[in-house]
Amino acid sequence: MGNIVLEKVNKCFGDVEVIPSVDLDIKDGEFVVFVGPSGCGKSTLLRLIAGLEDLTGGKIIIDGVDVSDSTPAKRELAMVFQSYALYPHMTVRKNIAFPLKMAGMDQAEIDKKVEAAAKSLNLTDYLERTPGLLSGGQRQRVAIGRAIVRSPSAFLFDEPLSNLDAALRVNMRIEITDLHKELKTTMIYVTHDQVEAMTMADRIVVLQAGDVEQFGSPLDLYNKPVNRFVAGFIGSPKMNFATGKDAEEFNAHEIGFRPEHMTVSTTEGRWKGVVSVAEHLGADTFLHVKTENAGTFVTRSDGELNINYGDTVYVSPNTDKIYRFGADGLSL
Amino acid sequence: MATKHTKTLSRLMNLPAIGLLFIWMIVPLTMAIYYSFQRYNLLKPDQRGFAGWFNYEFFITDPAFVAAIINTIVLVGGVLLITIIGGVLLGLLLNQAIVGRGIVRILFISPFFVMPTVAALVWKNMLMHPIYGMFAEIARFFGGTPIDFFATIPLLSIVIIVTWQWLPFATLILLTALQSLDQEQQEAADMDGASAFAKFRYITLPHLARAMTVVALIETIFLLSIFAEIKVTTNGGPGTDTTNLPYLVFSRALQHFDVGGASAGGIIAVILANIVAIFLIRAVGKNLEA
Repeated sequence: MGNIVLEKVNKCFGDVEVIPSVDLDIKDGEFVVFVGPSGCGKSTLLRLIAGLEDLTGGKIIIDGVDVSDSTPAKRELAMVFQSYALYPHMTVRKNIAFPLKMAGMDQAEIDKKVEAAAKSLNLTDYLERTPGLLSGGQRQRVAIGRAIVRSPSAFLFDEPLSNLDAALRVNMRIEITDLHKELKTTMIYVTHDQVEAMTMADRIVVLQAGDVEQFGSPLDLYNKPVNRFVAGFIGSPKMNFATGKDAEEFNAHEIGFRPEHMTVSTTEGRWKGVVSVAEHLGADTFLHVKTENAGTFVTRSDGELNINYGDTVYVSPNTDKIYRFGADGLSL
Repeated sequence: MATKHTKTLSRLMNLPAIGLLFIWMIVPLTMAIYYSFQRYNLLKPDQRGFAGWFNYEFFITDPAFVAAIINTIVLVGGVLLITIIGGVLLGLLLNQAIVGRGIVRILFISPFFVMPTVAALVWKNMLMHPIYGMFAEIARFFGGTPIDFFATIPLLSIVIIVTWQWLPFATLILLTALQSLDQEQQEAADMDGASAFAKFRYITLPHLARAMTVVALIETIFLLSIFAEIKVTTNGGPGTDTTNLPYLVFSRALQHFDVGGASAGGIIAVILANIVAIFLIRAVGKNLEA
């Protein structure tokens, strides 16, 4: 079980209010990702759930029990840290066994669980090494191993992949997703990388300045962002925005349209502009088009597009894929 | 930095310093070895000549020699034990966010800057003196009998004085080691359900092991040659109760004017110190590799 409810959670560091008031209901078995720009309070929120920070106000309820004042150990959660936080002088075996040893489990049982965890994480050959002799990805797996042996009611991940190189990050992303499918335990995952959020999450929490902007499935966030912030944050490359006359035409204060929902033409279109950057990625081509009077737009078209830096092009949005925003930034 | 040219150049540049250090070491050592085989007493300058192993035999069979070895071990071991345990505890204390931490830290460190002779004099005359001393005053205030420290517990008194001087050093090194302890590791231990004691036992202590060996190594080098504190307070007495190896060598040379015997004692001390050093450096090396 791992149903986590946050009620009016509030956190201040001295006079600075980091999290004004957050309400969340995370269902058992769900993979929830906290995403937001750096300094938005996502890590603080995770640490509050873990019990590593004290609440200033509000309640945290896990499986119906109010744990607001409980110590981290009592909450039966496991956490994977950004720096992995392995114990450097212990072997991998002892690292993974540590939480079980602290729980006073008998040695035979510990050995059995550690072996099982090591096997499922491909760590069996490394059990007698110390963390210093392992690669980044292996350390990451040890940290996960230390978390899973306890069979916690939920896993907390604090930007676990940010220290890995790009290729390994993609692998670990899949491994963690697989792990979730296998264990069916609640997972809360903090990241600033919206690609990680989109690919892994059942539901995403988008945070800005300590406030929950939107809580929903990845495609919900992509298709129906509640406001301009979420629209701009989710999706890569970012959504383009236009104001003024272009927006008034659609009865809005501001309109947004995604790079993938734009047409590029060399002959005609809504805005005329010059290509300031052309990124040919093979499968896709991203063009940064500097228009005469509406700002710079990014477009995404297929890889065969033969347009280069300095070319004059016409770009137009697909009118049925336009997001409209009011003066307050909310979606219309 | 790895071309042949730079390597040769750097060796060439190092040469004068290494040469000077070598001469600095080899000349006194050779002289000591030479004198240790000479019959040479300043009171009987006419009876000089080759003595064979006599000086060594004489020094080792002297009953004071065994006492000096034991006293040296007790002194070094006692001070090491107290400073390391005390240093860890004080380090933990000073690592807490307490009011006026900066000033408290300076106060803790200051004994280290007091020179040994002065420290010993202060302890002898102002603290441990059976009549004027502060400890005697305190004892009398509570109606007890003042302890005559240097007469009844001379070696322990020396240990106390030396500990007072070296505790700050141990604390300082261990405190810096504590400050480099990774915060996330402690939080991970919190999540893993470790109690405060378990965190200390399994996270903090292993982290401090390296700093502890460094403290032990450096302190041993200096503690093996403790002299000023003994000379100022007890003069090695009563009897040979506080005579350590350096003091015994001093007493042969400048109280019995036996240059040959003292040189033999000096060479023996050098050999013993080197044996200790080999073991220590091995222990430290093992710890630093991990």
